[in-house]
Amino acid sequence: MKRFGALLLFPLAGLLSGCDLVVLAPAGDVAAQQRDLLVVSTLLMLVIIVPVMALTVFFAWRYRQSNASATYTPDWDHSTKLELVIWAAPLLIIICLGALTWLGTHLLDPYRRIDRIESGQPVTQLHKPLRVEVVALDWKWLFIYPDYGIASVNELAAPVNQPIDFRITSSAVMNSFYIPALAGQIYAMPGMETKLHAVINQPGTYSGFSANYSGAGFSGMRFAFHGLSDQAFDQWVAQAKTASAALNRDSYLELEKPSENEPVRHYASVDSDLYGAILNLCVERGKMCMNEMMSIDAKGGLGLAGVRNTLLLQYDKLARRGAIFGNDPSYVASICTAEEAAAAARAAGDATPTNWSAKDLSPLRGAGLLRPGTESRRAEAGTPPLGLLRREL
Amino acid sequence: MPDSLTKFIFGRLTWESLPLHEPIVVATFVAVALGGIALLGAITYFKLWGYLWREWFTSVDHKKIGIMYMVLGLIMLLRGFSDAIMMRLQQAIAFNGSEGYLNSHHYDQIFTAHGVIMIFFVAMPFVTGLMNFVVPLQIGARDVSFPFLNNFSFWMTVGGAILVMASLFVGEFARTGWLAYPPLSGIGYSPDVGVDYYIWALQVAGVGTTLSGINLICTIIKMRAPGMTMMRMPVFTWTSLCTNVLIVASFPVLTAVLAMLSLDRYVGTNFFTNDFGGNPMMYVNLIWIWGHPEVYILILPLFGVFSEVTSTFSGKRLFGYTSMVYATVVITILSYLVWLHHFFTMGSGASVNSFFGITTMIISIPTGAKIFNWLFTMYRGRIRFELPMMWTVAFMLTFVVGGMTGVLLAVPPADFVLHNSLFLIAHFHNVIIGGVLFGLFAGIAYWWPKAFGFKLDPFWGKVSFWCWVVGFWFAFMPLYILGLMGVTRRMRVFDDPSLQIWFVIAAFGAVLIAFGIGAFLIQIFVSVRRRAELVDVTGDPWGGRTLEWSTSSPPPAYNFAFTPVIRDNDAWWDMKKAGYRRPLSGFRPIHMPDNTGTGIILAAFSVALGFGMIWYIWWLAALSFVCLIATAIGHTFNYHRDFHIPAAEVTQTEEARTTLLAARV
Repeated sequence: MKRFGALLLFPLAGLLSGCDLVVLAPAGDVAAQQRDLLVVSTLLMLVIIVPVMALTVFFAWRYRQSNASATYTPDWDHSTKLELVIWAAPLLIIICLGALTWLGTHLLDPYRRIDRIESGQPVTQLHKPLRVEVVALDWKWLFIYPDYGIASVNELAAPVNQPIDFRITSSAVMNSFYIPALAGQIYAMPGMETKLHAVINQPGTYSGFSANYSGAGFSGMRFAFHGLSDQAFDQWVAQAKTASAALNRDSYLELEKPSENEPVRHYASVDSDLYGAILNLCVERGKMCMNEMMSIDAKGGLGLAGVRNTLLLQYDKLARRGAIFGNDPSYVASICTAEEAAAAARAAGDATPTNWSAKDLSPLRGAGLLRPGTESRRAEAGTPPLGLLRREL
Repeated sequence: MPDSLTKFIFGRLTWESLPLHEPIVVATFVAVALGGIALLGAITYFKLWGYLWREWFTSVDHKKIGIMYMVLGLIMLLRGFSDAIMMRLQQAIAFNGSEGYLNSHHYDQIFTAHGVIMIFFVAMPFVTGLMNFVVPLQIGARDVSFPFLNNFSFWMTVGGAILVMASLFVGEFARTGWLAYPPLSGIGYSPDVGVDYYIWALQVAGVGTTLSGINLICTIIKMRAPGMTMMRMPVFTWTSLCTNVLIVASFPVLTAVLAMLSLDRYVGTNFFTNDFGGNPMMYVNLIWIWGHPEVYILILPLFGVFSEVTSTFSGKRLFGYTSMVYATVVITILSYLVWLHHFFTMGSGASVNSFFGITTMIISIPTGAKIFNWLFTMYRGRIRFELPMMWTVAFMLTFVVGGMTGVLLAVPPADFVLHNSLFLIAHFHNVIIGGVLFGLFAGIAYWWPKAFGFKLDPFWGKVSFWCWVVGFWFAFMPLYILGLMGVTRRMRVFDDPSLQIWFVIAAFGAVLIAFGIGAFLIQIFVSVRRRAELVDVTGDPWGGRTLEWSTSSPPPAYNFAFTPVIRDNDAWWDMKKAGYRRPLSGFRPIHMPDNTGTGIILAAFSVALGFGMIWYIWWLAALSFVCLIATAIGHTFNYHRDFHIPAAEVTQTEEARTTLLAARV
């Protein structure tokens, strides 16, 4: 291997000089600090790795069987001093590395606001962070600029030397939002929000993509990230404003449908509450937002009535929800007394109400109705649409 | 036939389920079918069915089960590796607008299957097989604690493998990545059978793995020869003990998390869905609580192999036995405290990330101590560079690089830029190939003469060694570089042409590894043909130090005519030094477990149950479940569980060996 290694060095150097090691030469300050930590850690570990590799080769060569001049001590198997060195040397390295890790992880926490534009240039009052809301869709990226009321698909732009605050979520499955030149990645997950704070220092066009496999169109889930001068960024915004399309709930639901290799697209206006609705899984009309549900639950929930009230909580609408033995979604149309329910059933044309009205149904535990117009395995012609009542008979 | 009846009989299995539109799969199927028919025909022609059934399939002998595990691992390695080379080819050509030769439907199954097969059906059977074969011999036992359970565990592992293989030709495999993260693996986004194949294959095989773990723990705790205290156990036995503790403690988590995913998919629960308060991140947590110990389950026994090999071929006691044992135990415990490092990038706070990053780094301390211990075992030794030792040195040089990049990935900010990149892929192949696989080859070359009575051919072994080692560096160093270029994993097509050269180099490396696998198969073939020349009658071809070398090669069914008594941790070395003489008379009948076909039958019903559940063929699932329970209960009424090998037969076997040994001297 070593002989091969020497031969390989020349073409390897040539190859390496030809390629763009973006992780080691990023254009954003956060990625640059992450790179620094990566390099320092590697050097720190090489302090111990290189001697180990050298010793392995040396011992293997020195104590080969044919070398009769080397010392041979078949029963030597312990040395307290050596053991101390063996355990202490890695321990010391790890203590250093651990300290670096603790500091670095806190300083470079993606949730933490950045405090410098680049080395020696702290963030001041004058820097107004650019807010960007990122949504990973199947299989493209949507970027919403709440400050400008515009949005773009598969294209992201930001002014250089300006802090950027990303809020990131996903519409359906997990993705990871990653622009290697800008900063480390963070997952984009449905119903959850992650954050990333970064800054781009050099103008240019960089590539961004999803770094977590998300299905058939994953390979094409790439976008261009433009680091622009303030002026160029203003132009970019102005140009986006000239786009004809507007992003509202309807056009979002259309956009959200799975598609591959989407071209760049701009939206001149965006519904201000759209991102919140995406995050809380309630873009589709009639859905209860997750944050509403959570606040209801936090106050004790809807009680047993809520058990049947599932339709408005069901979100995975584009995908087939096909659990073969699962419940059909239902919703509570109204909460009524037993007498009212009986009357409603009679009105619905049930010829033999006595079948069930004799039974004491109080307190009524909340009956589930099937969604109007839904086909159900259990829906039979002529039966009153009162699921739970029917079941109790 | 009415539609509903067809649906009742076949569930969702239709003609369209057969991938007749995928020419690659059809060609593979034809090749496998022809090969299979040829194999079955040959077995029938040579009238081997009875022999195979009596001597192997129903055998409860830990040595035979160990060998069958190895055969399973080898067969599945060929499948897993074909997946690898298909991926390498696709990534090497899918540039400049080319879509390559695999569509996403096929490619996404391939990388999922590659991961699942290599971990569950290659590495696990190899490791379990090695432990099964070696551990009872090393502790001076006649078999494992529960011999029937051992046979059953093996066939359950085979059952899982059969389900994975079936997915190639009937239906499809998962398109989710090897850990099947929801919501992608939920019914909403993967409504097809792929994920169900994944779930049932792992559940069936998981039963086998868990039971085998329990079995080996009991064996090691309860069946050691007199005098073998815990601190006199060979290091391989120690690492096996720790591995099996890990298996027993972590596989139930996998079973539980897959059960919850199945409930989501089958009955509409909402553990891991986006809506109804489900939380996909909980799945990610749970699966890695299994998944991280899993990588130590794989590597620990191989650390044991390297310890045995280094000490034997350096002709020296293992340096720092006690610290080796403590290092193993520390790794075992720490492996439970690091799982979050697989998803630093999912938005945990800085303190949580630092905690898990630092615990991960701490694992490198005992691991480093182990490397130093091997190093100082070599120091002032007399190193014979036979194949096992060559693999060990290659391991030490390769593994430290993988270890280093591993610690690098444990630094959360560095992980933010490298997570899911090809750098990560290079890292874990660096430790799994450089550690687990090199160790397995060392172990196979080391214990082969014990199992079969002749050594492996060294020439083809060296060809295989160099192809593997050089191929490994060619295949994975480019991935480190690609990772630093920001290239992520599981990509099917690329648009940056400057990346292509690296993928071509990686593909070249994969071809070298293919030659390595080919040379290994040739090595086995050549060795079997030259077995008369390579024969070893002593039972101790390497100057061994542990008990397995004290008995004949291959060992008799009862392993040891008399249970040895242990005074030192290199028991056999100590016996040799003390002038041990084989007992030649006074043999007594030996109590042995009897063969049974119940294991294979139970596993067959489990496969049918899994198949029924995958395809919604409810009658099949119900029927096989009932049969499964009935057979298990029925087996409790089997009173023919044991027999005695008569003293005369033992005497005959031992005398035959005496004659052989005398003829040699």
